[in-house]
Amino acid sequence: MNLTNDDVQEILRLLDASSFDELHLATDRFKLTLRRSGASGWTQQMQTAAGTAADASTPSTPSAAAVRTPSVAGLIDVHPPIIGTFYRAPKPGAAPFVEVGSTVQKDTIVGIVETMKLMNSVYAGVAGVVVEICAANGHLVEQDHVLMRLRAP
Amino acid sequence: VIIRRLLIANRGEIAARIIRTCQQLGIETVLAASEADVDSVPARLADHTVCIGPAPSPSSYLNTQAIVAAAVAAGAQAIHPGYGFLSENAVLARGCRAAGVVFIGPTEEQLLAVGDKLEARRHAVAAGLPVVPGGPVSSVEEARALAERIGWPLLIKAVGGGGGRGMKQVHEAAQLGELLELAMAEANTAFGDARVYVERYVASGRHIEVQLLGDGANVIHFGDRDCSIQRRYQKLIEEAPAPVLASDLRARMHTAAVSFGRHLRYRGAGTVEFLVDTERQEFYFLEMNARIQVEHPVTEAITGVDLVAEQIAIAEGQPLRLTQERVAFSGHAIECRINAEDATRDFRPSPGTITAALFPAGPGIRVDTHIEQGSRVPPFYDSLLAKIITYAPDRASCLALLQSALANCRIEGVKTNLDMHAALIAEPGFRRGGVDTSYFSRRIPTR
Repeated sequence: MNLTNDDVQEILRLLDASSFDELHLATDRFKLTLRRSGASGWTQQMQTAAGTAADASTPSTPSAAAVRTPSVAGLIDVHPPIIGTFYRAPKPGAAPFVEVGSTVQKDTIVGIVETMKLMNSVYAGVAGVVVEICAANGHLVEQDHVLMRLRAP
Repeated sequence: VIIRRLLIANRGEIAARIIRTCQQLGIETVLAASEADVDSVPARLADHTVCIGPAPSPSSYLNTQAIVAAAVAAGAQAIHPGYGFLSENAVLARGCRAAGVVFIGPTEEQLLAVGDKLEARRHAVAAGLPVVPGGPVSSVEEARALAERIGWPLLIKAVGGGGGRGMKQVHEAAQLGELLELAMAEANTAFGDARVYVERYVASGRHIEVQLLGDGANVIHFGDRDCSIQRRYQKLIEEAPAPVLASDLRARMHTAAVSFGRHLRYRGAGTVEFLVDTERQEFYFLEMNARIQVEHPVTEAITGVDLVAEQIAIAEGQPLRLTQERVAFSGHAIECRINAEDATRDFRPSPGTITAALFPAGPGIRVDTHIEQGSRVPPFYDSLLAKIITYAPDRASCLALLQSALANCRIEGVKTNLDMHAALIAEPGFRRGGVDTSYFSRRIPTR
């Protein structure tokens, strides 16, 4: 059983009438800390015990470690603007924004990164030619990952 | 049916919220979680956790077959779909029926009736509700003819739409052809459905909705909520009851919502959304949401009813446990949605790991959250971290309590919109109450 908001308020009513400023409560399912926050009320900090019930497999979300490759001399790396899922095409089934050999300008969109349900365009950043695409479609990419490499003209 | 074990096909704060009610009712919970969420707070709170697939939603939270199979394998009598994801999906409802599992929500027919905006509009007209003048169009000629009847400016909307996508304002006849084509193309890309319809554009409108519960025969309402504080059609602050609203207008909206629910013989929890034209002092049916909503706690605060518990009772086949006369309203409640986004950088999403999470506590304060210190906020899902709800006898004291509650909230490790909320609720415009849906985008930020 976990604490409900009503339980917390009940405890606070008791604490309010006391001279204590802090309460620590620990059970095998959670740890709760209640602290008096000056005259403006109380704060709560909860820490739930790690689930023993989780009968699930270990995460295997596609996050291609291969994209964290060292830079190549003479080539320009394109990084995602934010962590998210990388898409090479504007929608499923559509042609990719760019292929190896595509000529791009500074403001050419070369891909999309979806983060928290928002689509963020990835811009080439420089004019050049795509020489390598390093990140796979639909995979999680982090900001230090290399999506693709360009050669400046 | 008596539900003894329930599968939750959702994540985040709503999963934690449903688990809480189940614990109070003595119902065992099974959380269907993606690989990204198997060590989340809801997974720790649930009695059991079943992994239903990889992190991206299409492989897990949107995978109907995996969810039904998980419920059957876990021996759950029912599935609670929460909000978003598959909560209004008739395919999931049908899959549940085929597998002999109770879907906690309306019937398949009702989901289909309100899921299609044109179909919902037809039902609203049939139930005698006012709708914004307009209708479906398939060509520029049709749109132009309609515009002559209803007047300019116009709003083009996608039939399959939501969240503002495929929506276009048209201020003069010369733009119509181009914008209509653009809207149809966007609608097709976003929803796989190019159909659009055209409405008169209401320049200043408030978003006010009415909470319903139905048991398939009877329908009653639980008052209204004002959700006009929105950014790009995403709600940020909700309150109940709607402030500064003429009492006859309010009463007519309640009656209209109940008429709509009765017309559908609605079963479960649902919300009828209205657009209130502030200049004409009229209201129009917008759509119905056939699920529990994010902002349901403000209604729970002013009525004292646990809406999730009522959803479960209705799903078990019980008649409504309350009559309209026994729904008593008192006080005022306001909710702030705390999101992992950087309000100073165009609300850029901010996934990451929570390094500190301190929440306000005390009388009149409710926090619905799924994060604590050490929680990961993955980039795969929406950015809602917590909802801070305050409740007081009147709006002024509710705002004062909210102000101190926000001040006593500290979340570190990701960027949040906490400061934006604190600034917003201090603004004279918001404090007066009754702002329209363009208030947020129009306002000059205080900082």
